[in-house]
Amino acid sequence: MNRSTQTRQRLAGVTLLGLLLFFSPVLTLFDKATEWAGIPVSYLYLFGIWLALILLAAWAVEGREQ
Amino acid sequence: MLTTTLVVVASLGYLGLLFAIAYWADRRADQKRSVISNATIYALSLAVYCTAWTFYGSVGRAAATGIGFLPIYIGPTLIAALWGTLLLKIVRVSKTQRITSIADFIASRYGKSHLLGGLVTVIAVLGIVPYIALQLKAISRSFTILLTYPDVTMPNPADSLPLLQDTTLYVALLLAAFTILFGTRHLDASERHEGMVAAIAFESIVKLVAFLSVGIFVTYQLHDGFTDLFDKAETAGILNPLIIDGMNGYENWFALTLLSALAVMMLPRQFQVAVVENSSEQHLRRAVWLFPLYLFLINIFVIPIALAGQLTFAGANVDADTFVLTLPMAHHQSALTLLAFLGGMSAATGMVIVETIALSTMVCNDLVMPVLLKRWKHIPPDADLSQLLLRIRRGAIILILLLGFLYFRFAGEAYALVSIGLISFSAVAQFAPALIIGLYWRGGTRRGALAGLLSGFAIWMYTLLLPSFAKSGWLPAGLLEHGPFAIELLKPQALFGLTGLNEITHCLFWSMTFNIGAYLIFSLWRTPRVDEATQASLFVDALKNRRFLGAGLWRGTAEVKELLHLAERFLGVERAKHLFQAFAKRRKLHDINQLPADAETVHFAETLLAGAIGSASARVMVASVTTEETLGMDEVLNILDEASQIRSYSRELEQKSHQLEAATRELKEANERLQELDRLKDDFMSSVTHELRTPLASIRAFSEILNDDPDLSLNERQRFLGIIVNETERLSRLVNQVLDLAKIESGSADWNAQDVDLLEIIEEALASTEQLFAEHGTRVCRELPDNPCVVTGDRDRLMQVLLNLLSNANKFVPQKSGVVTVNLRSNHENYELSVSDNGPGIAAEELPNIFEKFRQAGTTSNKPIGTGLGLPISKKIVEHLGGEIWAESREEKGAIFTFALPKKKKAA
Amino acid sequence: MSKKILIVDDEPNIVLSVEYLMRREGYEVVTANDGQEAMEKIAASPPDLLILDVMMPRKNGFEVCQELRVDPALSTMPILMLSAKGREAEIKKGISLGADGYITKPFSTHDLVDKVNQLLQSEE
Repeated sequence: MNRSTQTRQRLAGVTLLGLLLFFSPVLTLFDKATEWAGIPVSYLYLFGIWLALILLAAWAVEGREQ
Repeated sequence: MLTTTLVVVASLGYLGLLFAIAYWADRRADQKRSVISNATIYALSLAVYCTAWTFYGSVGRAAATGIGFLPIYIGPTLIAALWGTLLLKIVRVSKTQRITSIADFIASRYGKSHLLGGLVTVIAVLGIVPYIALQLKAISRSFTILLTYPDVTMPNPADSLPLLQDTTLYVALLLAAFTILFGTRHLDASERHEGMVAAIAFESIVKLVAFLSVGIFVTYQLHDGFTDLFDKAETAGILNPLIIDGMNGYENWFALTLLSALAVMMLPRQFQVAVVENSSEQHLRRAVWLFPLYLFLINIFVIPIALAGQLTFAGANVDADTFVLTLPMAHHQSALTLLAFLGGMSAATGMVIVETIALSTMVCNDLVMPVLLKRWKHIPPDADLSQLLLRIRRGAIILILLLGFLYFRFAGEAYALVSIGLISFSAVAQFAPALIIGLYWRGGTRRGALAGLLSGFAIWMYTLLLPSFAKSGWLPAGLLEHGPFAIELLKPQALFGLTGLNEITHCLFWSMTFNIGAYLIFSLWRTPRVDEATQASLFVDALKNRRFLGAGLWRGTAEVKELLHLAERFLGVERAKHLFQAFAKRRKLHDINQLPADAETVHFAETLLAGAIGSASARVMVASVTTEETLGMDEVLNILDEASQIRSYSRELEQKSHQLEAATRELKEANERLQELDRLKDDFMSSVTHELRTPLASIRAFSEILNDDPDLSLNERQRFLGIIVNETERLSRLVNQVLDLAKIESGSADWNAQDVDLLEIIEEALASTEQLFAEHGTRVCRELPDNPCVVTGDRDRLMQVLLNLLSNANKFVPQKSGVVTVNLRSNHENYELSVSDNGPGIAAEELPNIFEKFRQAGTTSNKPIGTGLGLPISKKIVEHLGGEIWAESREEKGAIFTFALPKKKKAA
Repeated sequence: MSKKILIVDDEPNIVLSVEYLMRREGYEVVTANDGQEAMEKIAASPPDLLILDVMMPRKNGFEVCQELRVDPALSTMPILMLSAKGREAEIKKGISLGADGYITKPFSTHDLVDKVNQLLQSEE
């Protein structure tokens, strides 16, 4: 498997992971009015996952350059 | 203080700055020092996705539905990760085919169809006009609100103003003028708009900085950070960020994500910046994460601003869509207010500029050109048409903006910002099946694409546009409540009885079902025609084959002069000559006159024109000056096959390497088997040499002793000579047996097939071993039947087996008290002959190997004198005669060797 | 006092000839018919040199050699392998297992005697 294919595979993995975390019932675990450190857990979860996916994608694309 | 003059001056100053940036970037591009050829600028230009709808509307939606604004940004994030393949393919196809718009792309995919390009354009214009209206509304509304600074008052609905007093009209006209300057400044209509892209990237920075500034002000100046803000919101009872509640359920959450994932690729302006304006495929890589990161950043403060707005304006009549602007206003932050206003304006202008440029290109190439071509009856008038093209585009820009204004005037107030945006999203999402499936499936046809687009668009009109008109009061409200003609099943927002979804999800579900369904059914109905198959192949295989293969698909006659003339009319004389000259140089020719009128040249001219007037029109134009022979389906497929040699070659290579792998594996196995055989053979050879060397060693040692020691006593001398003789005999026996075995194994031994009476053999064998037994003091017992026992076999060989067994037995029986018994019995079809002894027997672990070569039973103390080949030879003989031989051992009572041979068949 | 040599071989005629040669050289000779017996005789009274066949029942020459070399008391005892196994690999194996010499059968009686003398002299 060459590098660009590997990158593409990784990125596809990011999409799949995103689908899993945003659309599986995992979401409902955080869909509550409870707060964590004063911030609603739903807000934390969604933005946290979102940022994590972006960082993963960045790693998949840029990380291989070293 | 923010005076009207200040706001107007700031706005115009901002637009002036934008223009300066664009102008500078265009100049740089002319000097071949592009500023936009940069992955970060590319990613920023994609952020034209964030319009005034994001800037103002997200907060409004967050105030109403909590986290419900988020799918519009999560969708693009998820699909961006697939751009490495999906968008790359689109970009590569577009580069090679000089695609100018999404309409051009779809038309080109299905055989360069004018009809399809036109339909896509119509859908795009109708779908996008509300979206443009939304931007106009945002600009004029924010401007109006700003005028009362620092008092926050909501302006009256626009339609209460006389038409000519409506600021929106002037905003629209100003933007039209601005867009014309941006997008159609160049006489050459085919070039990319570098200046525009630079300006858009700049605007992306401005709107992000503005939004983050407001967010930070609201969160950290007005409140004590996120926690404080959330606390206060909870106390006030307005904290409503629940995901599913806010979205009315999972379906909507998922549907909106899907919708925005499609829209981020199908919106004409996104196609424009992502595909048409792309200057390098390499830039896609950074966009994959930088663009989502931009979306993330611009959304972090949406909820804080929404909450702060609700806290600040509790009870007051302030539209949540304006919080980004009104919050700084209410807190007397004049500079921040102005920044927020400019941020909103940059979001709106960015969208309007790119969208109208993209739409005007589509209107020009896919709507107007086909009509003109028909009027000219395929022969263009002899004039410089490049000016005409530009005029058409400019007219289209003005027309589209005016349409946007009219929509805003008459329908704009019925909807919040977010809803209008989603209506447009749903319209452009109709392109997705034809575009994306067509990119991976060759079977898609023009009819399929037409049917899919038409039915999807019809559903969109019926389930989204119609209700929006009804809500605006243009249509009776009863249409929504009871359906047309009171047919409940046809209620636009609960089609076929489907309820429980919000209107966007409802529309998306039905339109996609009909769109994809019709696309597939009509595509399967008839096989693709020649031109469709050709284009399908170019699109589907775009990533597999870097070599462009369109040129190979044209056959006919043409004149270079005519082609050049044609290009001159659309591109301008100078530019066309220049490009043809460059093409000639690429083909290693000195000037245009040497260019052959071959497929390559024709293809070059067509692509050149496609960049200016779209692929479908370019094909018609080129056809008007050339005579093309129609290629048959088979021919096209052949050419495609030849042309995609690289692809098939690599596939073949892959296959070959698989085969090679398999072969290697087989070879390895074979090798192992061979090595095993070799090892066995080697073992045999090694054993043979070992067995030969041992007697030789004795012979040599004693010979040398005899030779060296003349003083040996006579006794010793005779004893040593006796050993030499014995060892020599052993040696010759061994050699004979090895040869014998080799003969049997190789199948070259002579076999006589004769009737043999086993009784006779036994007697004969016993007679010849009588002496041997007598010397050892061994008693022989016979247990034999009376009747002859006849088998078919080789007499001498059978004798050899029996002698071997008898001498073996004699070797192992004790001196003087040995008993060897020969037993012959009849057993169904066989005779079984056994030789048993009363020796030590065979150890259980020796038994399985007793018939192997050089496996001699026995211990050192009573090492038998033998070659170790007697039993293997016996086994071979018996097996050759169709029998069996085996050994049994009665520990301490002796061994029994038995062989069974089939009885001779009695003559029938 | 004459040196004691243990001859180990399962071929009686080989034992006989080597025994004769060694006695003629003035050495004291003990014989064994297999590896096991050799180990027992060595344990009872270690010889000054061992002439060792390889292919023997019960315990082959390689095993004997290996066992002797791990025993510190016996690790310096010269071992001369005398074997019909004459392949390069087998010779290497014998030497690497600790044999001091390897003579293949059929052997020259002079070479054998010389080698034994040499090994016993270097021992002193």
